[in-house]
Amino acid sequence: MSAFSQALWVLLLGSLLGLELIGKVPPTLHTPLMSGANAISGITVLASLTLIQKAGDNQALLLIGALSLGFALYNVVGGFLVTDRMLAMFRRKGDN
Amino acid sequence: MSTELLTDGIDLVAVLLLGLGIKGLSKVRSARGANQLAAVAMGLAVLGLLIEIRPGPMAWLWIAAGTAAGGLAGVVTALRVPMTAMPEVVALFNGCGGLASLLVAVGVALFDSDGADMVALVSIAISVFVGAITFSGSIVAMAKLQGWLSTPAWTQSSLRHVVNISLAVAALVGAVLLPGDPAGLPLWLLVISSSLLGVGVTLPIGGADMPVVISLLNSYSGVAAAAAGFVVGSQLLIVAGAMVGAAGLILTQVMCTAMNRSLLSVLFGGALGASALSGGGGAGGEAGYSRITSCSPEECAMALEQAERVVFVPGYGLAVAQAQHALRELAKLLENHGVEVSYAIHPVAGRMPGHMNVLLAEADVPYEQLLEMDTINPEFPRTDVVIVLGANDVVNPDAKSDPTSPLYGMPVLEVDQARQVFVVKRSLGAGYSGISNALFERPQTAMVFGDAKAVLNGLLSELRSMGVGKVKVTA
Repeated sequence: MSAFSQALWVLLLGSLLGLELIGKVPPTLHTPLMSGANAISGITVLASLTLIQKAGDNQALLLIGALSLGFALYNVVGGFLVTDRMLAMFRRKGDN
Repeated sequence: MSTELLTDGIDLVAVLLLGLGIKGLSKVRSARGANQLAAVAMGLAVLGLLIEIRPGPMAWLWIAAGTAAGGLAGVVTALRVPMTAMPEVVALFNGCGGLASLLVAVGVALFDSDGADMVALVSIAISVFVGAITFSGSIVAMAKLQGWLSTPAWTQSSLRHVVNISLAVAALVGAVLLPGDPAGLPLWLLVISSSLLGVGVTLPIGGADMPVVISLLNSYSGVAAAAAGFVVGSQLLIVAGAMVGAAGLILTQVMCTAMNRSLLSVLFGGALGASALSGGGGAGGEAGYSRITSCSPEECAMALEQAERVVFVPGYGLAVAQAQHALRELAKLLENHGVEVSYAIHPVAGRMPGHMNVLLAEADVPYEQLLEMDTINPEFPRTDVVIVLGANDVVNPDAKSDPTSPLYGMPVLEVDQARQVFVVKRSLGAGYSGISNALFERPQTAMVFGDAKAVLNGLLSELRSMGVGKVKVTA
């Protein structure tokens, strides 16, 4: 199996997994879920890191990589923290 | 070899944890832990990659710079943003994720495309296209939610279709030509026309449809990440991106269903209702009501004092007035008085599904008291008093009974079944959709005009002066 078709399989199975995992969610959690999923989409950090590594001593590419890393991490760190802040507020009666 | 085994193992664990994290996010009990689990998974994935690629000193320097800047900014933003601004912030984060994917693809195209095969080049084109739309679309969405941008009139005419189709064609031309000259003009054509297309499709959409767009853009950012995964050859990235892309689509569909709008009409139909044209929403005038009863907080307090069962219907107006804490206080007072209190939450209350739950949770309302539409609707006939706070379209009975209403078919909270309804509103202006509300003219409805917070505080002091909620001391 070529690397490309392997990657396509991964894409297909990942999409199906996403559809299944998120099928049933109470409306209460839609906003936190959106923001949590949004944080996960910042996994582009992996691509940014790879780019920086591949750049060698190409300063322009290093800069682009670092910029992209910064924006992706902004998404990741901010996304997870803000989701945590929201979820921390879902207390039950008498939990205080 | 052993390093490869190790990093493969780490990747697998990371995917597993990400999946479990997303799954756990769908239950209130496990959601917080699941979010932390997903964060750990992300950390693992980064660690695995760093072990695999062993960055040199120069690379470390740039990694440190990017990490410090992005991480710090993320922490500051996340901790400082008020809960009412959550939709804007999700849009901002989302845009940055899209920008990151865009930058990776542009970087590879400019400097690392020698000997790239067709798969890589097509991936670059897709990543640039989706990343740019996600970025510019999210930023426009954020600006509109913040009120920095209004809806220009030309975007409500069919001119916008001409503009957007031209931009899409330009982007397509860029994408098709890109493999021949990855670092040249086609790349910039693609970047610019895709970015403008993101603006062009988001700008015409207004008011209540905005969350749908954010959710859709959230899905795009997953697709952009997956495309970036193809560009750099990372399966982990492809899986995670695909999961987020699929999740965003499902959420988008859920929101459309709740508003009785099809995704196509949200995307291409322009802002709903004529009065939304001037942007921002809530613009409509006094929409020709003839049989309006209004009353003072005092009368409303008297009704509350005698009620056995009270239901609050909070809407975005409540959040704008920052009145959720006053509401919680009023509910507590009534509970101490022996009144059964609950909150009816429409799926699209607030500006995102679940936004109202977050806002009320912030005010310490126990989530068991937040009842969803299907649970609360059968309860309205045995409810004594309903108080509608800054909600409008979601309680409009026309949606059930008037086939000519633009809202017809949208599931609504059937508050007109209750014995008495008080609608707290600043004026008789129309809702986001600009449609007049038949509820206001029903005989059991009374309007309490004023800012939600001021009215609630008025109710509180009236009730206190009646002696409600005080522990009775018997001699």
